[in-house]
Amino acid sequence: MKIIKTLMVAGIFGLVASSSQAAGDAAPAPEHYWKHSGLFGTFDRGALRRGFKVYNEVCSGCHSLRLVAYRNLEDIGFSEAEVKRIAAEREFPSEPNEDGEIENRPGLPSDRFKSPFPNDNAARASNNGALPPDLSLIVKARIGGADYIQALLTGYKDAPTNVTVPEGMNYNEYFAGKLIAMAAPLQEDGVEYADGTKATVKQQAEDVVTFLAWTAEPELEERKRMGVKVILFLLLLTGLVYVVKRRVWAKVH
Amino acid sequence: MVKFQKPAWLDNSLVRWVDHRLPVFSFMSHELYEYPTPRNLNYWWNFGSLAGIVLVIMIVTGITLAMHYTPHTDHAFDSVERIMRDVNYGWLIRYIHMNGGSMFFIVVYIHIFRGLYFGSYKAPREILWILGVVILLLMMATAFMGYVLPWGQMSFWGATVITNLFSAIPWGIGDWIVTLLWGGFAVDNPTLNRFFSLHYLLPFLIVGVVVLHIWALHVHGSNNPIGIDTKGEQDVIPFHPYYTIKDMFGLGVFLTFFALFVFFAPNFFGEPDNYIPANSLSTPAHIVPEWYFLPFYAILRAVPDNFIGGWTTEWLGFIIFEAKLAGVLAMFGAIAVLFILPWLDRSPVRSSRFRPMYKWFFWIFLIDCLVLGYVGAKPAEGVFIIIGRVATAWYFIHFLVVIPLLAKFETPKELPKSISEPVLGGGAEPVVAASKAMEKA
Repeated sequence: MKIIKTLMVAGIFGLVASSSQAAGDAAPAPEHYWKHSGLFGTFDRGALRRGFKVYNEVCSGCHSLRLVAYRNLEDIGFSEAEVKRIAAEREFPSEPNEDGEIENRPGLPSDRFKSPFPNDNAARASNNGALPPDLSLIVKARIGGADYIQALLTGYKDAPTNVTVPEGMNYNEYFAGKLIAMAAPLQEDGVEYADGTKATVKQQAEDVVTFLAWTAEPELEERKRMGVKVILFLLLLTGLVYVVKRRVWAKVH
Repeated sequence: MVKFQKPAWLDNSLVRWVDHRLPVFSFMSHELYEYPTPRNLNYWWNFGSLAGIVLVIMIVTGITLAMHYTPHTDHAFDSVERIMRDVNYGWLIRYIHMNGGSMFFIVVYIHIFRGLYFGSYKAPREILWILGVVILLLMMATAFMGYVLPWGQMSFWGATVITNLFSAIPWGIGDWIVTLLWGGFAVDNPTLNRFFSLHYLLPFLIVGVVVLHIWALHVHGSNNPIGIDTKGEQDVIPFHPYYTIKDMFGLGVFLTFFALFVFFAPNFFGEPDNYIPANSLSTPAHIVPEWYFLPFYAILRAVPDNFIGGWTTEWLGFIIFEAKLAGVLAMFGAIAVLFILPWLDRSPVRSSRFRPMYKWFFWIFLIDCLVLGYVGAKPAEGVFIIIGRVATAWYFIHFLVVIPLLAKFETPKELPKSISEPVLGGGAEPVVAASKAMEKA
């Protein structure tokens, strides 16, 4: 029993050492300019709208967004009517009716985004055994954040000749281990933007990453706005207290 | 000389009526208003009151979070995200609490190193110091359990690694402790439940020990940068208004620093992995504790880690223990040695200003702790293993060899006659040095 436990702990420590090496061989994500970074940065509204379209038409085939509700879209400029229409495109199980049967009903703004698969096993079964992660927090849940997701989405390349890519895997030098189950998800003109923006792979990636940065940190704009006021207030208060402190202490010095 | 006066509000008839029956007002006046404080305290003395304020901030935000949090493995992660997304200003409360943990340790570590530099642990303040170390231990337990509550990947795996450490204790005691901590045979729902319960309880124990800490402090009063006792009214000033206003200014600076993280870099101290829900089947690439545990984590891993070979060693002839136990003992020993510090350091001089050799060793020790923190964040491989071992060895050599020897071989500089003498100007060399430092205050 004790030996097993010792081995277990050794295993954990060993894993730490070896897998951090594995992660270490991924290329570092290049720095990208985001409108929402910096002290006063706000989300690019056009990109959010386009990014939702990319998620809705491309990513949502495999990736859930289970922490975000349709009503949240109103926070980024979608009208109430648009949100109702978007929610109603998906079906959700209703509460049991008088006979105890569960029927399907159209989605409501209060529903969370409908997941593409009923459970993880179903998701794995449809994806060669790989589990597409939920995207609600993905930008916060990866080292490198938005830069990393941008690099990953645009980083698909032909594998170098010395690397064999197994069936069902793809080469992407930004992914830990460089082999990723997800095939290149974005194609040139894969979506048609309503605002006429040219849908290059880079453009789609930027848009969907902006959208996912918002789903990860929906409070970002309010947080920074409040932060500026709080810091200004604190600086003023601290300055005044310092003046008072000098005057009080003048009697001692 | 500054006059010591009772506050005017003590003359209020209602205040007098209450005070006659329950002397809370004269207590407050005595401990917070007239309380005689050395006149030469510098800004390093701000961190005690700051720590107290952070404790209050943590308790207030923590109680609010507990109103919305669900301590169940199926709901914990989502309930935290609900706080972030749907609870009014939930993101603000949670980010304050999350960063407040780091702020608490920053403030307390500075407070501890202040004590080490100016010899605040020496007679007659040994119990004051020991109570402080008890607070540190309680804080560590509280912070560790709090980090488990969001039930992310780092929460789960951190809890697994750290609770497993106790299994190193021999004679079956270790296994018994681990089962007790887990409430079962793995980190699971019972673990989360009891950690939540204890995470709510321990801060109030901290409050209790803080009361004792302040009580012990007020018996002999604060130490000071010169480290000599106060010798009468000319050396002291009343706490109010002098130190209330100085502490308020320090608080303003500190809150600005705190707010920068809360509003503009709220996840700076966190690990991205903790935004992935806990998964017992998938180990994160790199399990690291929170930054404030890194030096201790480095000490834990510094003991030759032949875990894989099942390497054992004999010690004192009859106690056989594995390297893992040695690591755990070293880690707890790193805190335990602080308890006996007042008796390891027999030098009668408190302040480093008058200890030419100790001063250097203090800075070396500080750097040593930073190196340990750096090594703790790195994977245990290559050069980091060597650095970690040397830094760990130095940690203990500093306390167990250097400090006792310095007391014997160091010649301290001449001490000033009193606090007021250097403050009021003139005199020997150390006196000038002290008054220069005061100009900043």
